[in-house]
Amino acid sequence: MENNENLERLTNIVADFTSLVGKRLPDDVAAKLEELSERETNPMAQMIYKTMAANQEKAWELNRPSCQDTGLIQMFVSVGSKFPYIDELADVLKEAVFRATQKAPLRHNTVETFDEKNTYTNVGTKSPWLYWDIVPGDDRVKIHVYMAGGGCSLPGSGKTFMPGEGYEAVVKFVLDLMTSYGLNACPPLMVGIGIGTSIDSAAYMSKLALMRPVGSRNGNPLAAQLEEELIDAIDKVGLGPQGLGGSASVMDVHIENSARHPSVLSCAVNVGCWSHRRGTIVIDSDLNYELLTHKGVEL
Amino acid sequence: MKKVLHTPVSAEDLKDIHVGDVVYLTGHITTCRDVAHRRLIELGRELPIDLDGGAIFHAGPIVRSTKNEDGTETHEMVSLGPTTSMRMEKFEKEFVEQTGVKVIVGKGGMGPNTEAGCKIGPAIHCVFPAGCAVLAATEVEEIEDANWRELGMPETLWTCRVNELGPLIVSIDAEGNNLFEQNKVAYNERKEAVLSDLYEKVHFIK
Repeated sequence: MENNENLERLTNIVADFTSLVGKRLPDDVAAKLEELSERETNPMAQMIYKTMAANQEKAWELNRPSCQDTGLIQMFVSVGSKFPYIDELADVLKEAVFRATQKAPLRHNTVETFDEKNTYTNVGTKSPWLYWDIVPGDDRVKIHVYMAGGGCSLPGSGKTFMPGEGYEAVVKFVLDLMTSYGLNACPPLMVGIGIGTSIDSAAYMSKLALMRPVGSRNGNPLAAQLEEELIDAIDKVGLGPQGLGGSASVMDVHIENSARHPSVLSCAVNVGCWSHRRGTIVIDSDLNYELLTHKGVEL
Repeated sequence: MKKVLHTPVSAEDLKDIHVGDVVYLTGHITTCRDVAHRRLIELGRELPIDLDGGAIFHAGPIVRSTKNEDGTETHEMVSLGPTTSMRMEKFEKEFVEQTGVKVIVGKGGMGPNTEAGCKIGPAIHCVFPAGCAVLAATEVEEIEDANWRELGMPETLWTCRVNELGPLIVSIDAEGNNLFEQNKVAYNERKEAVLSDLYEKVHFIK
């Protein structure tokens, strides 16, 4: 009985957190947008930044999702092997998304493939989409909740290059994507790049890269340097907010990398729109929670 | 000074508006996207509303509908954000010609077909900043009419009375100038320049 009550409580915590993610940007993203807004010199871009800020204020004041596209929910789950609810966690997360859909409300964005029918619940076959990671000996769970909107999921793509094409092909791939699809994906963008041994691992890392806080750098000094060079390069293209021109194109560029087979160099890119609705919550074995991305907010 | 267009909009009203200008709209605007365009142009069905001099919004809103005691419904605009206009590109020239619509609001650029439509209309295409759906919703005073409800919430033709809806950034003007196409040329030139610098910095495989 007590276990059921706790599962109910855990479900509501994740549901309320998911609703929150749709209504308020994470602290790091909000701060970055403010910085870009202050730095901007193009009058049109300044006006757009002000409009974005006004929208976020209104969304919070009226308790509504800040963008009408509340995405398909994806979660990265790092669960401790000693977290007491590990066995029920997958079901809990699915139910939480269902409840958030009613409460927030979230737009109905889960369409079953082949049957091509909307489930009207935001849950369906492998939806929400979950990534799992087990942390040995820990008794907590850490969850990144991400609302993958249609507009910013569209540019997602990858390619496996021959080593002879080198990292030169990687940077061209990234830049070409920015001026084609990136333009309409609601810049300034979060750009996630995965570099590794095959297209699946690169794709996974490119999305994981979007979960990192704005301003964080890759642990490898060369990769970290490339992150900064790409920020500079993409900014110089001058996409600006909404792709209408301005001094910045990105909020940040994050690279995640793995070792590769000597014969291949895989690269994948995922982008997040300016309304980068990502949240990170840590829940302990007593169901106390901490919101790493939304400080000072109570669920 | 704020440039405010009032519906019905005339050809004369659009004469001095150029790409990159910011305008606001007062009067009526109707949400109109994929299926409504398809029905009119491909299937030859008449639209249930008169758009002559009017405005359309490429948008699929979140609307809260409540039943009144007399059986009628009241609709409240919760969230109204633009969707990608390019999906309507293949229909827009004929749509402008057949309806007389003067202001098209959406997200991102449109192509040569819409440019041609805007010249003939005349008409303009504008961008409402995407992701700002609560702001747009609060600029709706009332949803006055709802047609083709059978298409579901996103595709219903919601006719809204708006007060200074905006900012609307003119991306195609009545002369057919296209801001996104102009920008793309500049972006691609700058891209080639930054790439040649970047290539020198990424000789990791050597």
